[in-house]
Amino acid sequence: MRWFEQFRMAVLMLFRRNNETARLNDELQFHLEQQIAENRSKGMGMDEARSAALRTFGNPTSLRDQARSTWSWNWLEICLRDIRYGARTLARSPGFAIIAILVMALGIGATTSLFTIARAVLLKPLPFREPNKLVMVYEHFRTAIGGDGFNVVSPHDFRDWREQTHGFEDMAAWRNYGFNLTGEHEELPEVVQAAGGSWNLFSVLGVQPVLGRAFTSGEDHPGANHVVLLSWSLFQRRFNGNASILGNSIRLDTNSYTVVGVLPRWFTYPDPRVQLWVPYAQTFTIDEYAAHDQHQSHVVARLRTGVSAAVATKEVSALQYQLYQANASKPVAEDAVFRPMIDDLVQDVKTPLIVLLCAVGCMLLIACLNVSNLLVARSAARRKEVAVRGALGGSRLTLIREQMTESILICAVGGVLGLVISVLVTGWFANHWQGLPRANTIGVDGSVLAFSIGLVFLTALLAGLLPAVSATGSGVLAALQESSRSIGGSASRAVLRKILLAVEVALTVTLLISAGLLFKSFLHLRTSDLGCVTDHVLTIKYGLPEKQYDTREKVAAFHESLLRQLRSLPGVRAAALVSTPPGGGYDGDDVFTIPERPSDKFNLQYDAIYRTADPEYFSALQIPLISGRFFTDQERLTRDHYVIVSKQLASQFFSGDSPLGKHLKVAWGSKPEDFEIIGVVGDTLYDVTQPSKAMMYFPILSGIPSQTSGATIVLRASGDPLALSLPVQKQVAALDPALPVYEVFTMHQILGNSTANQSFSATLVLAFAGLSLLLAAIGLYGVLSYLVAQRVTEIGIRIALGAQKSEVLRLILLDGLRPVVIGSLIGLAGGAIAGALMRSILYGTSPLDPLVFSIMIGSLFLTAVAACTLPALRAARIEPMQALRTE
Amino acid sequence: MGKPNDLVQGTLDLLILKTISLEPKHGWAIAKRIQQISNEVLQVQQGSLYPALHRLEQQGWIRAKWGETGTGRQAKFYGLTAAGRAQLKREKESWNRLSSAISLVIEAG
Repeated sequence: MRWFEQFRMAVLMLFRRNNETARLNDELQFHLEQQIAENRSKGMGMDEARSAALRTFGNPTSLRDQARSTWSWNWLEICLRDIRYGARTLARSPGFAIIAILVMALGIGATTSLFTIARAVLLKPLPFREPNKLVMVYEHFRTAIGGDGFNVVSPHDFRDWREQTHGFEDMAAWRNYGFNLTGEHEELPEVVQAAGGSWNLFSVLGVQPVLGRAFTSGEDHPGANHVVLLSWSLFQRRFNGNASILGNSIRLDTNSYTVVGVLPRWFTYPDPRVQLWVPYAQTFTIDEYAAHDQHQSHVVARLRTGVSAAVATKEVSALQYQLYQANASKPVAEDAVFRPMIDDLVQDVKTPLIVLLCAVGCMLLIACLNVSNLLVARSAARRKEVAVRGALGGSRLTLIREQMTESILICAVGGVLGLVISVLVTGWFANHWQGLPRANTIGVDGSVLAFSIGLVFLTALLAGLLPAVSATGSGVLAALQESSRSIGGSASRAVLRKILLAVEVALTVTLLISAGLLFKSFLHLRTSDLGCVTDHVLTIKYGLPEKQYDTREKVAAFHESLLRQLRSLPGVRAAALVSTPPGGGYDGDDVFTIPERPSDKFNLQYDAIYRTADPEYFSALQIPLISGRFFTDQERLTRDHYVIVSKQLASQFFSGDSPLGKHLKVAWGSKPEDFEIIGVVGDTLYDVTQPSKAMMYFPILSGIPSQTSGATIVLRASGDPLALSLPVQKQVAALDPALPVYEVFTMHQILGNSTANQSFSATLVLAFAGLSLLLAAIGLYGVLSYLVAQRVTEIGIRIALGAQKSEVLRLILLDGLRPVVIGSLIGLAGGAIAGALMRSILYGTSPLDPLVFSIMIGSLFLTAVAACTLPALRAARIEPMQALRTE
Repeated sequence: MGKPNDLVQGTLDLLILKTISLEPKHGWAIAKRIQQISNEVLQVQQGSLYPALHRLEQQGWIRAKWGETGTGRQAKFYGLTAAGRAQLKREKESWNRLSSAISLVIEAG
């Protein structure tokens, strides 16, 4: 029953507090009356009795307070009172309050947004069964140069691993693939990104199709019945979410595939763009499926309980070494390595995300310091008030609490606003980050809310504690004695503000330098030379289905007639075909040997990216011929044993000798054959963010179905290249109406796409740095204005004694710029450290780039001088008589 | 702290609980009663009495009711709750244990 009584009191105290207060007053009044009555009964007169009673009674207010202090919810009352005081103080200077709140809102909002994204992408467990038991296993070449040491796996290696090792509970594989998708009845064709998944992939991940079933082991063979699993998005988009598609067939590359199931909506692994899945083995020919030296697959393994990934991988690695020894003349890796699946998925975005998170964190810290700085100024103005209250017995804790309430209020209001901002911009953030993995899991939830609440308290503490402690510190007497005419002002307060300012400047410089480095690296990417012409160039891809275009003649005939049609289009200055244009990606590489320079054993470093090209490709894209000649129409069909190499290949593998007339022995068709080198051309980049790599070009007119059926049309237009895209598509449709085209891009768009994320992060960090610079300028201006106001009398005396305006100006400027110089020096060191940490995402830019450092320091100093000039001019214009009279 | 050294810390609660255990009383009467019974030795100051009453009330040991005094004035009467009665028993036992222990110590040779 006691809890009931307590609860009743708690409710009473909460909701009927005023009533209880009245009762308390009445109770005390009654006591006083009794005392008076007693005194009177002892024979005192009315007035005497009353004053005697009051004397024994003591201070009624403090008595009431003592009784009230035992009430429950007392803390709430104190809290409300503090908030009321805080709000009143803030309302008295609305300008300060609004600026401070906006600054905090921006800082908290941006930090919360980035935390939301970073948490969803980096920290949230993968949506699979026991996701921490999933690892990715890769091959590892001991002699590989470049790359990260995680090499994709060949199909036969994977099959041997799965069958012959037992450390993992199970292993599954997938590879990227692409199809021309049509229906059974001549529906509109489209090119879809697809993937081949081994039959156990979905069970290893713990994913159930929402409709139908996954693959069976019987279907996972080259040449087995064609079956397909649809992604949820394709199922909705192309089949209107109609379940009757199950059991029916669709056409992929003109082959009929039976739809056996639909994957859940949330399943977007490995990439949301994957539209459908086919059995892993069905993406290979029988020969390819048996290959140890063709690498394209990703292997997912589930850990067996009690067996660590390292132990299990060791067993796989031992098997791989046997495979390596059995295939010594082929590119087969020596070892197997693993990494956790989540690391595998987020590796590309981890560093940029962390950089962005640090940048907003920095900005938030600067915002805190700024609010702190402004609060110090205000507390300096209230120093006497605080000292008087301290002298009258106000406890230091109460005074600190009151001052803290102000910063808590600022941060809380800012935090609420910031959360709203964050909800609004997080989606925008995630959408503008191209290829952000797991973007679909991003959202505000409990832990994000908890994070922002934590952030509010942390910022309030950071912003409020220093001013509160310093304002209520010792020296009550000094503060009371201090005359407003005192010449020194409160020097210690100024020192505190200057330290805060120096820290602020240091952080700003660090941010500015990081932003500058990222931006320079982005500019470097944008202006980097692909090795070919990029203006007025349009690229369009198509892929000939191997079922219809099954001979060299058919493939070559299609390419040639298309080229003829394209060249006759008005507005086309040049048209050519290439497998993948410069900047368009890696595509694939092959190892080779040089018969003229026999090396005793297979060497993995004899490796180059392959391309196919038609005779006019190089002139169309203005890739320079260095020696020899381009292809001619003679190098076609089976007369195709000719190759053109890039300058880098020539210099890397022929070290000065002319490669012309020599041969590359490459397994271009089915087995290694000699290809005569007929020309050397300039280098082109396969990806602007990557260094160039040796490249070899085979004639596309050989028409080998598997090797040349995919092509990219490159067109140089006389006007707007995109205007040509429709005429080109019509020409393709005229030749084969069932053939879709895809990836219609100008060269500039290709470049833009591959640098979009660099542009995104560079712009964001630059924006954060700009804001921080603005904040630092506000802080600087505030501090200096305050100092000038403090020193009006002193400056007046100086001027009265004959100081020149320019001297006063210099005095104030130097005073203001000292913390800037100190802060900048610290910031330079910070910038150098930040640069070193970001090294992996800087392209063609040294972490200590002198240009970036000098520009950023320069802009900081310009801003600082501008912020200091106004108060300094004000000081120089002080009228000595007026200054000396003001009191 | 400015209060007369009238009561051992914590015993005021016991005295209040005991005083109102027979019938509900208002604050003034509680103070007077303690003073009388103790032969004017124990002086309960308002500064301790009312905070103590309010604390006991918050804790659910006692419960306040409005009632009329002999002079017909409305006043706040405090009475024991069932929990308060049990608490009084516990406090009494603990006080007896303590005081007899103290006696043992100071009476010992």
